[in-house]
Amino acid sequence: MTARGFLLYAGMALLIVLTGVFQGWNLALTILNMGLISAIMSLGVNLQWGFAGLFNVGVMGFVALGGLAAVLVAQPPVVEGWNAGGLRLLGALALGAAVLIAAVQVWKRKIGGQMRAMVMLALLIGGFFLFRAALDPAVNAIEAINPSLSGYLGGLGLPVIVAWPVGGLLAAGAAWIIGKAALGLRSDYLAIATLGIAEIVIAVLKNEDWLSRGVKNVVGLPRPVPYEVDLQRDAGFVEAAAGYGLDPVTASTLWVKILYSGLFAVVLIAILFLAQRALASPWGRMMRAIRDNEIAASAMGKNVTARHLQVFILGSAVCGIAGAMMTTLDGQLTPGSYQPLRFTFLVWVMVIVGGSGNNYGAVLGGFLIWWLWVMVEPLGLWAMELITSGMAADSWLRGHLTDSAAQMRLMTMGIILLAVLRFSPKGLMPER
Amino acid sequence: MTDFLNAIVALSNFVLIPGAAYGAQLALGALGVTLIYGILRFSNFAHGDTMAFGTMATILVTWGLQSIGISFGFLPTALIALPIGIAITGLLLLGTDRAIYRFYRKQKAAPVVLVIVSIGVMFVMNGLVRFIIGVGDVNFADGARFVINAREFKEMTGLDEGLALRSTTLITLVTAAIAVALLFWFLNKTRTGKSMRAFSDNEDLALLSGINPERVVAVTWLIVAALATTAGVLYGLDKSFKAFTYFQLLLPIFAAAIVGGLGNPLGAIAGGFVIAFSEVLITYAWKKVLVYLMPENLEPSGLVQLLSTDYKFAVSFAILIIVLLFKPTGLFKGQSV
Amino acid sequence: MAEPHLIGEAMTGGYGRGADILHGCTLSVDKGEIAVIVGPNGAGKSTAMKAVFGMLNLRSGSVRIGGEDITHLSPQDRVAKGMAFVPQTSNIFPSMTVEENLEMGAFLRRDDIRPTIEQVYDLFPILRDKRRQAAGELSGGQRQQVAVGRALMTQPSVLMLDEPTAGVSPIVMDELFDRIIEVARAGITILMVEQNARQALEIADTGYVLVQGANAYTGTGAELMADDEVRRTFLGG
Ligand SMILES: Nc1ncnc2c1ncn2[C@@H]1O[C@H](COP(=O)(O)OP(=O)(O)OP(=O)(O)O)[C@@H](O)[C@H]1O
Ligand SMILES: [Mg+2]
Repeated sequence: MTARGFLLYAGMALLIVLTGVFQGWNLALTILNMGLISAIMSLGVNLQWGFAGLFNVGVMGFVALGGLAAVLVAQPPVVEGWNAGGLRLLGALALGAAVLIAAVQVWKRKIGGQMRAMVMLALLIGGFFLFRAALDPAVNAIEAINPSLSGYLGGLGLPVIVAWPVGGLLAAGAAWIIGKAALGLRSDYLAIATLGIAEIVIAVLKNEDWLSRGVKNVVGLPRPVPYEVDLQRDAGFVEAAAGYGLDPVTASTLWVKILYSGLFAVVLIAILFLAQRALASPWGRMMRAIRDNEIAASAMGKNVTARHLQVFILGSAVCGIAGAMMTTLDGQLTPGSYQPLRFTFLVWVMVIVGGSGNNYGAVLGGFLIWWLWVMVEPLGLWAMELITSGMAADSWLRGHLTDSAAQMRLMTMGIILLAVLRFSPKGLMPER
Repeated sequence: MTDFLNAIVALSNFVLIPGAAYGAQLALGALGVTLIYGILRFSNFAHGDTMAFGTMATILVTWGLQSIGISFGFLPTALIALPIGIAITGLLLLGTDRAIYRFYRKQKAAPVVLVIVSIGVMFVMNGLVRFIIGVGDVNFADGARFVINAREFKEMTGLDEGLALRSTTLITLVTAAIAVALLFWFLNKTRTGKSMRAFSDNEDLALLSGINPERVVAVTWLIVAALATTAGVLYGLDKSFKAFTYFQLLLPIFAAAIVGGLGNPLGAIAGGFVIAFSEVLITYAWKKVLVYLMPENLEPSGLVQLLSTDYKFAVSFAILIIVLLFKPTGLFKGQSV
Repeated sequence: MAEPHLIGEAMTGGYGRGADILHGCTLSVDKGEIAVIVGPNGAGKSTAMKAVFGMLNLRSGSVRIGGEDITHLSPQDRVAKGMAFVPQTSNIFPSMTVEENLEMGAFLRRDDIRPTIEQVYDLFPILRDKRRQAAGELSGGQRQQVAVGRALMTQPSVLMLDEPTAGVSPIVMDELFDRIIEVARAGITILMVEQNARQALEIADTGYVLVQGANAYTGTGAELMADDEVRRTFLGG
């Protein structure tokens, strides 16, 4: 890292410390934790965009898949649900997969065009109805079991940390499928395709109640850290807290957050380390060579699409890991809360502002933009109150302006993005 | 026989008419995207929010008109407000171009840079709309609700199925037809329109022929403002206005433009209808039609809905992927850069 | 001797910040005459044409038309000065009809362009039949005719053609050369690049052989054809 980089990082640390001093350490730690997660997402996107020039605007989908992993891994299995239709459902899914694979195989056969298309179409349509016929009763049976509390299959009941790599795997699988279809096409097409897949992932999470309870949300996910109430009951902890002059409630909240920070920091550092190694490796150099001149690279015999597929899967997996971590932190999966502006485009702002192509920059961007995202609202409100302080207390405009201050966020992010693109297109920490 | 008529009526009522209206709205949106692509050569992610902004401007003007007691009889007041909304949006887009896009154009920046810039613009516009009108649902349709309502239709024809033609549907179809006719007249018959097509075809040669690029770009933004605002207002009249839904329209609109062939206006229209009808056909519960057509004992027990309506994005997406895999330049030949 | 109608004198320059491609290259044509540039691939023929038309920043040298210095004018302004250029590649508007292509050629004109369109149709009768067809759907030779026709629409005093016969069958090529002579007879100055050196030099008043961005040989078409050295190296025996 350069001297400028150290300064920027020190500045970022100072911002968080100042937040702690002036607005409380609870808020500072909350920002820090989501900042760590944002930094990981930003690293994932940087891997794709900064290393390889791939334009992925489906980050939200991969993040949400990570969230799903948290449910599938950590929630206890719902035995009644499995008894009611679990195996039937697995069978139906296997049937669906088999139909798709068969269709792809038919398509790959080099037989007469008309014939091939007809067979494939017949296979897909017939397969779809078969699939639905097998799936629907199983789904109905599962969702009928105690719908207000469960109505789904639950998970594997494993420690929630296991969900983090699993989230990465789920995201990687989705990335493989989408990459197979859309990589090698024009960059705009990849963008639209990823935008679409993200919407579909969210639609699945919202609708397939047997899988994720849909909009009924899964709450109370197991945690990798102790619960506050347990800490407060722990005499040793209370005593230690008193040693710092803290009451047990405050101390336990802070301590839990600090534990999360520690876990997240380990993951971030590990991924950052790997990303740095990758960037400096021959593989990373080749990636960047391809990014800078795709035509020359493919002329030199590099299989551009295959390389792109690798990096696309890796970057998406990183986003999936971050998504699983985020759901772990939240302790719940709420499919309705995934919004592309927040989970896709904001991450893009992080990467661009931080400095695309520079891993340290991406991490910095993650922290900084997240901090701003949180702080713009109170700052905006404060600004609005200042602006409107001269107006009558009951004036319509005053009420409207203060109410709308919350919407300042998006505008601010847009202005920051545009300003960076215009005046410092390489970001805060340029690639070189 | 009556069964057959009933089936046709049900089909028209729930599939054909809504599909056509939705298709017209998508087509207008896709035309805007495709024009920007053809002339400015980037995919404009801010288009959904441009539609939202235009609609919001029109709504504000509508409220203004209503508050001074102006209305449009059985037509929605928003139609009077529409030209003003278009003008406001046009100014916004020209301003955005002057302040933001032009810089990159002069630099001959790569298209993907412009796409990222348009994401910044999207944020700002989205924030602007939320800031001014809020995030809630706004219903601004006034005037007559129905041209034909279901009950009258049943009494008139004696059929079991009613056919409802909402006035907003009819207005959508008529307005869209007028807008498209005007656009094609402009592109094919006027000097400026032809110069736009020339610029889209071969920018360098257009320059050699003395066509002024800045003028072409400015005219393009104005047309895009008109198309986007019209599309947005029609969609809002038909459903309701909500900032977020307009952002979500981006996906089917892009799908329509790409399916038709990016940069090709005719393709955008075809693409709009292809996407709209596929969405409606696949997410429609066919039971209502089938009960009239099937013999009693074969009548379906379920809803016969291929996919739940929440998966309508999946439909546009699937069609998009299929077209991209088998015909990357779209149904009508688009540009491939 | 009077100054030639069009002259690009001692032109030196290249693309953007890249290395120089032209090294003191000079090209000139008298009014109503035909000058032909020949030379190996990559010699800088197209680059020289672009330099004359102002699509390239010259580091030194000048371009003058009718005695007026136009070195610093943009291509559009040169069009207004009576120059027209048919580039080597993508020289038509493919999705527009033949007639619209011609109209676009006359974009800067505000007077009645019908007579000029008729003149172009008289020159290239096939275009009259194809007037409603998209130019991109025509054959290679027909496209070149559209391209030349489009350039003529501004009623230029100088017509610059970069390989107008590329990808055209021998018969159509002769035909095109005849048309070009016809255009020159009408008093239009012609500067063109040709790959088919032999035929081109036959109709040329002046010939330039360009090698690596510099003039290698200059003379009347007949002189160059007679020169052993030029014959051996550039005309293939
Ligand atoms: N747009 C450009 N940017 C940078 N270099 C270019 C560009 N166009 C051509 N060149 C370079 O300029 C040199 C001369 O090219 P030019 O096109 O003038 O050759 P030419 O004599 O017209 O060849 P040909 O007979 O093949 O048309 C070549 O080395 C080429 O690589
Ligand atoms: Mg050439």
